[in-house]
Amino acid sequence: MRRAYFKFSWIAAALLAPQLLIVFVFFYWPSAQALYWAFTLEQPWGGGNTWVGFDNFRKVLSDAYYWSSVRVSVIYALATTVLAMSMALTLAIFVDRQLAGYKAYRVAIIWPYAVAAPAVGLAFQFVFNPGAGLFSYINTIAPGWWDLSKYPWQAVTAIVIAGAWKQVAYSFVFFLAALQSIPRSLTEAAAMDGARPLRRMMDLQLPLLTPTFFFLLVINITDSFTDSFGIVDTLTGGGPFRATDLMVYKIYADGFRGFDYSGAAAQSIILMLLVMALTFVQFRYIERRVHYT
Amino acid sequence: MIERTPVLNFATHVILIFGLVIILLPIWLAFVAATQTLQAVNSAPVEFWPSDQLLVNLAEAWAMSDFGPKFLNTLFVATGVVVGKITLACITAFALVFFNFRGRVLIFWMIFITLMLPLEVRIVPTYAVAANALTPFQTIMDWSGISWLIKAVSGIEVALEWNLLNSYTGLILPLVATATGTFLYRQFFLTIPDELVEAARMDGAGPLRFLWDILIPLSKTNIAALATIMFVYAWNQYLWPLLVITDRANYGMVVVQLSDLVPDQLTTGGGTPTWHLAMAATLVVMLPPIAIVILMQRWFIRGLINTDK
Repeated sequence: MRRAYFKFSWIAAALLAPQLLIVFVFFYWPSAQALYWAFTLEQPWGGGNTWVGFDNFRKVLSDAYYWSSVRVSVIYALATTVLAMSMALTLAIFVDRQLAGYKAYRVAIIWPYAVAAPAVGLAFQFVFNPGAGLFSYINTIAPGWWDLSKYPWQAVTAIVIAGAWKQVAYSFVFFLAALQSIPRSLTEAAAMDGARPLRRMMDLQLPLLTPTFFFLLVINITDSFTDSFGIVDTLTGGGPFRATDLMVYKIYADGFRGFDYSGAAAQSIILMLLVMALTFVQFRYIERRVHYT
Repeated sequence: MIERTPVLNFATHVILIFGLVIILLPIWLAFVAATQTLQAVNSAPVEFWPSDQLLVNLAEAWAMSDFGPKFLNTLFVATGVVVGKITLACITAFALVFFNFRGRVLIFWMIFITLMLPLEVRIVPTYAVAANALTPFQTIMDWSGISWLIKAVSGIEVALEWNLLNSYTGLILPLVATATGTFLYRQFFLTIPDELVEAARMDGAGPLRFLWDILIPLSKTNIAALATIMFVYAWNQYLWPLLVITDRANYGMVVVQLSDLVPDQLTTGGGTPTWHLAMAATLVVMLPPIAIVILMQRWFIRGLINTDK
């Protein structure tokens, strides 16, 4: 720990105050508020909130719509993560060979990170649009076969592909950085032992990527729970028949369209616990990653 | 390393080009759509080659969404968030690392734990706080009896109110707290050798002078990396501005404007979907952050990896 300090004074307090105030007002207070709402119910004719214990949670957990929202969120999380990470890993391993055009490839894979989620949603809505998009070909042969606004599985496929597309760049940056931090001496030693590039990929690079892999796995799943709002909102709007009503989207819809603060708060608490659990796992792997490299 | 692997090299290029096609295809299609007329964009087989209507469509989309003031707004808010985040991260980390006081670790964890509470999961109560940012203090004063005391002594009813809805403050303030930035700065400050602090003190520099004249020049790379990431983050905000700003004519942000462009029954009234305009607007909106990422690639990658988010 540091030995040379400045003495604590009003300066330190003044430097800490802004961030602490903001964190208190916009993080801790709302979170406490969510807890309060989750365990109380607002009276219809005023008179404040009454304590209802776990009733809100019971109501949420016995709601079939909620469970279908959980189900589609899990499907979305797993499918986008698997798609995005496998694509990112493949691209990173081959970009890392640093052939001609390496820098061009790299920048061409990275830039989608900068595209806003609703823009991704809107662009993919055009791409998947039954009348004018990619699948209009199929629809000219079999009219009405592809229609996002009618068939739930197609809508889910669409948000999964859009979500995965957006996530590739992030994982790619990390995979590439991890690959480039593999010591050259290791690669050279393997080459001297007669390992050709493909053999080195399988036996040297992939095993050394494991920590990055686990780290990205958790980050991607967490992100898909929280960052999916923009994509869903512009691509499907939660439909058809609530088929793409992801958890974050449902909290928003219940809270701001249905004015069911208690129900939305209970769902927020559940999602918070989920994110916390995932973040906790992530920290364990971050630690492992530090030891590993 | 010198190896001859012509087959593998060829395969590498094939795989990478295939990957690029997948990544570029959706945006390419959006671009092609933005270059077409209303009739062409809605004719069944999708076009793969651009037409000549790009500028016309851009101009129309720009006018339709009133993008001029909205770009200025977005630029202002994004700059505000970037400056705010970097300033807060820097001064908080400075206080935590270079001052000796009890509760340092506690304060660090209090800030760090906010990572686990992304805006999306606490959106409803955060919105409620934004309607009156002083609610927490009002409630505390009511509960602790201070309000009662003030009323009894001076006869003034305590009613604190600070509405953040439809204001730049409301757009910027909730977004400037930064656990990752603080963490990044803390890591950097911990690498500053003790001798530097001692030398500065011996030369008579107070803490603020040390921060301004020594630490900030040293942390330029940190600032560049953080700024790139945070700018993209702020520019792409969607859910928060969507809720906080109802007066879009004055405070609208460009990304939120996209929600009005979804060509469904609501916007076209059963008419032909205006894909060419929607795609033109989408291109315009995503261009600035893409430009930043490509131009500041080095800083961007460094920022992404160092902040882990």
